Amino acid sequence: MLADALAGGFDTPATQSAHAFRSVMEAMARPGAIQGIQGGAPPAPLSVAAGTVLLTLCDTDTPIYLAGKADHSDVRAWLAFHTGAPLTGPSHAMFAIGDWDALMPLSSYPIGTSEYPDRSTTLIVECAELEANGTTLRGPGINSKAMLSLPETRAFQDNRALFPLGLDFIFTCGDRLAALPRSTVVSRSHGEAAPAQGAF
Amino acid sequence: MTDQAYNFAYLDEQTKRMIRRAILKGLAIPGYQVPFASREMPMPYGWGTGGVQVSAAILTPDDTFKVIDQGADDTTNAVSIRSFFERTAGVATTTATSAASVIQTRHRIPEEPLTEDQILVYQVPIPEPLRFLEPRESETRKMHSLEEYGLMHVKLYEDISRHGHIATSYAYPVKVEERYVMDPSPIPKFDNPKLGDMAAIQLFGAGREQRIYALPPYTQVVSLDFEDHPFEATKADQVCGLCGATDSYLDEVIVDDAGGRLFCCSDTDYCTARRAQGHQGPAFLDSEAVA
Repeated sequence: MLADALAGGFDTPATQSAHAFRSVMEAMARPGAIQGIQGGAPPAPLSVAAGTVLLTLCDTDTPIYLAGKADHSDVRAWLAFHTGAPLTGPSHAMFAIGDWDALMPLSSYPIGTSEYPDRSTTLIVECAELEANGTTLRGPGINSKAMLSLPETRAFQDNRALFPLGLDFIFTCGDRLAALPRSTVVSRSHGEAAPAQGAF
Repeated sequence: MTDQAYNFAYLDEQTKRMIRRAILKGLAIPGYQVPFASREMPMPYGWGTGGVQVSAAILTPDDTFKVIDQGADDTTNAVSIRSFFERTAGVATTTATSAASVIQTRHRIPEEPLTEDQILVYQVPIPEPLRFLEPRESETRKMHSLEEYGLMHVKLYEDISRHGHIATSYAYPVKVEERYVMDPSPIPKFDNPKLGDMAAIQLFGAGREQRIYALPPYTQVVSLDFEDHPFEATKADQVCGLCGATDSYLDEVIVDDAGGRLFCCSDTDYCTARRAQGHQGPAFLDSEAVA
């Protein structure tokens, strides 16, 4: 188990983290765009994408909240060795990671202050699927509109209403990720079956 | 070859992580200035330390890097930053806008439209658009939080009352997504219309002032103005003397001791490419006439 904790980091941290960060940045700059990401090999239940994001962004300065199944002794040991990040509860977390249900309630995370809206949690949401369908996204970073399979709609609409405060989300699935910053306007699309009535 | 005495792209990994986190928050809150722990760089403040740190945090070995200073690839600042990253990151460099994946710029946006595969990094001297109106950081921070931007409109109005038009010609303030007023860095206001709806990611780094901010692609950016004095992107009413371009931003260059002057493209790559295509400006016609 100790050997497991020591393995799974970046082989060449400087260049692998540079590539990984570009994936994360492209995702955050273009909400809904699904990016590939690799480099880390975290212990279960973390996905490659989630583990690589943590390796890329976290260190002793970033308290992490492990929610639900992510709060596993293997994960704790792995994070401790590779990032040194302190573990904390949701109210002091700079990053939180887990399944959508385990991360609830969203009201327990800091959303920043009106003078420092950047002091808010980034949630890394492990998803069973990540596809460009389901929910319609509009806003900065999106050329007219984008689609993304979100776990729900209402929570992200409420989060958008807090702008410029709010939480930022990174959705991870296997070795792919997409992001949803607080600036994105989310609306339910009713699929192909229900086109807008006024549409021609 | 990378100088092995340094980490890839000069900065240590912990510093890069800190800058990367700031960039992500900046992208999530377009136009908001994210504080970051700016480092001492091996160049003086005012020479692009903010832009260099942002570039160092985003560069990968696969990138092709271009640096422009007031549009030019061949000025001291541009040459030294380009060679800095050639040496510390081993990245390929170019002067061709279309060939670059990361472009660091001081005070210009390239004439050639940027694509989704490119990133534009600005060097910013004073990131706070309200700083010359209100010197206290505690106050300007409060003004941003309350969206209290009346003072900026008063400043533009005073321009009109004194000069008859808005005389601010560079670092012209913009409003991002109807929320934050942002300093676009000292680009000429000719470049302001390119800020909004740009396909590329735009990142702004201010080293001395320790701020990073960002514009995601396709972000709404509006130059502040009044209904009866709408914003106008202006340039010298001339054509480029070298390439004859009528649509590019022009520098005025003194060419002799007798008051002779030449208007030419500030974007050297744009001008060079046009001349390579056979375009010729009036400066050549004049010199042929003299000879």
